[in-house]
Amino acid sequence: MSDPTLLSARGLNLRFGAVPALVDVDADLWPGEVLAIVGESGSGKTTLLNVLSGRMAPQSGVVWYREPAGGLVDVHAMPAPALRALHRSDWGFVHQNPRDSLRMGVSAGGNVGERLMAQGSRHYGSIRESAIAWLSEVEIDASRVDDLPRTFSGGMLQRLQIARTLVTHPRLVFMDEPTGGLDVSVQARLLDLIRGLVARLGIAAVLVTHDLAVARLLAHRVMVMQQGCVVESGLTDQVLDDPQHPYTQLLVSSVLAA
Amino acid sequence: MNGYNFAYLDEQTKRMIRRALLKAVAIPGHQIPFGSREMPLPYGWGTGGIQVTAAVLGPDDVLKVIDQGADDTTNAVSIRRFFARTAGVATKTHTSVATIIQTRHRIPEQALTEGQILVYQVPMPDPLAKLEPSRAETTRMHGLAEYGLMHVKLYEDITRFGHVSISYDYPVMVNDRYLMSPSPIPAYDNPKLSRNPALQLFGAGREKRIYAIPPHTEVRSLDFDDHPFRTTRAPHACDLCGDDASYLDEVVTDNQGGRMFVCSDTDHCASRQALKEAAE
Amino acid sequence: MAYVAVKGGERAIDNAHAWLDSDRRGDPAVAEIGVDQIREQLGRSVDRVMAEGSLYDRDLAALAIKQAQGDLIEAAFLLRAFRTTLPRFAASTPVETAAMRIRRRISAVFKDMPGGQILGPTYDYTHRLLDFTLAAGHTPAPALREAAEQAVAPRIHDILGHEGLIEPDVASDAEPFDITREPLAFPAGRDARLQSLARGDEGFLLAMGYSTQRGWGGTHPFVGEIRVGEVLVEIVPPELGFAIEIGEITLTECQMVNQFAGSRTVPPQFTRGYGLVFGHGDRRAMAMALVDRSLRASELGEAATAPAQIPEFVISHCDNIEATGFVEHLKLPHYVDFQSELETIRRMRRDVEAALLQEAAE
Repeated sequence: MSDPTLLSARGLNLRFGAVPALVDVDADLWPGEVLAIVGESGSGKTTLLNVLSGRMAPQSGVVWYREPAGGLVDVHAMPAPALRALHRSDWGFVHQNPRDSLRMGVSAGGNVGERLMAQGSRHYGSIRESAIAWLSEVEIDASRVDDLPRTFSGGMLQRLQIARTLVTHPRLVFMDEPTGGLDVSVQARLLDLIRGLVARLGIAAVLVTHDLAVARLLAHRVMVMQQGCVVESGLTDQVLDDPQHPYTQLLVSSVLAA
Repeated sequence: MNGYNFAYLDEQTKRMIRRALLKAVAIPGHQIPFGSREMPLPYGWGTGGIQVTAAVLGPDDVLKVIDQGADDTTNAVSIRRFFARTAGVATKTHTSVATIIQTRHRIPEQALTEGQILVYQVPMPDPLAKLEPSRAETTRMHGLAEYGLMHVKLYEDITRFGHVSISYDYPVMVNDRYLMSPSPIPAYDNPKLSRNPALQLFGAGREKRIYAIPPHTEVRSLDFDDHPFRTTRAPHACDLCGDDASYLDEVVTDNQGGRMFVCSDTDHCASRQALKEAAE
Repeated sequence: MAYVAVKGGERAIDNAHAWLDSDRRGDPAVAEIGVDQIREQLGRSVDRVMAEGSLYDRDLAALAIKQAQGDLIEAAFLLRAFRTTLPRFAASTPVETAAMRIRRRISAVFKDMPGGQILGPTYDYTHRLLDFTLAAGHTPAPALREAAEQAVAPRIHDILGHEGLIEPDVASDAEPFDITREPLAFPAGRDARLQSLARGDEGFLLAMGYSTQRGWGGTHPFVGEIRVGEVLVEIVPPELGFAIEIGEITLTECQMVNQFAGSRTVPPQFTRGYGLVFGHGDRRAMAMALVDRSLRASELGEAATAPAQIPEFVISHCDNIEATGFVEHLKLPHYVDFQSELETIRRMRRDVEAALLQEAAE
């Protein structure tokens, strides 16, 4: 753990009126590592994801990101163009609802190719080739490349969103309940796919989920949140097999009971 | 005309427009918001072009006004009369003698020269508007040069039709920085935008934007390396002057599918006919 | 050759104008309408044209109505095109509607209040039966209106404000935005929004306001107060340093009281929607007040999902002068663009036909 972190947050605070969303939250993420943020709805986990990714500003605290060249940048002090550039190249964001990110009126190939074109690719043939290659990475048949997403199933849409996000080989991906709203069998296949891709490509990820099974399958480390506070964090197996905090114990036991 | 300033607009307003024009020239292709005034012609009928022309027009200028390439279409006549009435300037139809040419939907066939100003009437100045309706969002996209979405549109066209299906108002990159609408000129005219020795000014009255291409500025029509930009015109020669390279209008001549093709640029066509007659 | 070049646009325009002039006059056997008759007898048309033309001048509005053959959008356009040529001498101080000389004043939230309820000249309780005595010519009996015209009444919102039940009305000395001089950018301030609504198309405002009542962004409105009457307009000439009266205008003001449960950032209280328009126009002022409140959704922490809650959508499309120009410009020749579309379609069809032929051959 002496390696430099990829993303670090210190002393994050954010309140919505009287409601605390983040209370003195610290977080660290190392290159190639998957960190799960777990908790019930309203625990502040999605807010934390938004603050870590620069989509929402904290009232106090700082988020550092280490650029490929090694320098640290303060995510919330970055000029908007630099942050947006980061979001469409080095970073990726996978939404719970793929319709929030996909262009439903644009073909699957166009959806996957958009980030390449935004980065300056100007060869139709090679953009299309990359799109087809990425569709097969996420187990979508190459013959669907010209189809509109509205003809896709829920699981396919989520895989398409993942292809669209990973096409630029990001170093860091933020995922908000990526398997939420899917059938259990579809979930399992998707989790398998994500686990394989993340491991093979060495991508670091911050994953928000209310589902401890998802955290156990994908994450190296876990942070447990309750009412805006991080109540426990550590290696996934350690936290889930031997929870110390009463709230974590409750979460773990309710999963077992279910 | 009694009771109105030279070229209708008051001098304060002209100064405001000139400031916007200077900015526009300094940042080629970038849309400059300006305090567009209500004009005595309807929005969408050339109010932006008229305001720009009024702001750059002097008493010694020679004005030409065309619509669809023609000097004699009703709206061109109407705008030419407006300036003849409010500014008393000389109006001509010859492209070569005009110092200012206000146009809707065409660039004249005859090459323009240094010192001439071409003023375009623009209905929708933002090429991104067709893809993203929010002006707040497209402004951000221009600011950050985020033009991936525009290329997605071209990608989709090629995927569906085998080529880009935009035939007019074909989007261009100006000076490698700003994505720009050339106004609804046919794509055939796009190559003339680039490195043109004349100053090209664009006015969108209703949308309250001004932009410009300074002389000799590089303008590139969007395309892919393996699907380069190409132009189309009706594959005929003009039935009046015989030109087989000019942009043509198709004219229906009877109810049996009879057609003839004539130059859309009336001055160009008339000059060629006069030359032909002189030679005979 | 069958083709005759389309020359003579100039003559065609002259002929069209001459025809229009005689069409406007109608049957010469019928007496010509006077601008004074329009001003006096078509007052509500005059009010609407002044509002949408954003120029308060009853005579010019009447002239514009006559010139436009009663086409009110065309008439408003004439006023706007005239207004834009006028020099600007000064900005008035804010008009004091609390000191309005009231002709009409109603509240739907209190049965009675200081100053009382005054119906004034309203169509509200008329039965909508065609009055054939009007067709025959009819001189009405004199109306009792002295009492009403003397009344000065405090604003209902000031009464509610004492209890802190309604959000405070924040005064500002800042120079307001001027939509007639500066290009609007989004997000726009409430000053720019209110100006746009005040001269927006009455039909559009009405439809937007109506949509909020039908669930597309509800605001739970109550009419706190509608008042119609005359207010003084004052300016402060810099060389004098004190306010002088320059005239009197008729305004309709509508204050909506909107129920509001509070949000993450704002405690529960009543909120305001505001409408203020030239002339006598309940419908216009009320619709404006509904839309104003609806456009404050984001500011108050409400989800902005309905059309009437999206400022860029409402403000960009409420101006009927802009709208009518752009819709009607489709009448202008587009044959250059259409020609390029023809060639593109022909090429696409050739490509498809060639592909089909090849498929058939294989």
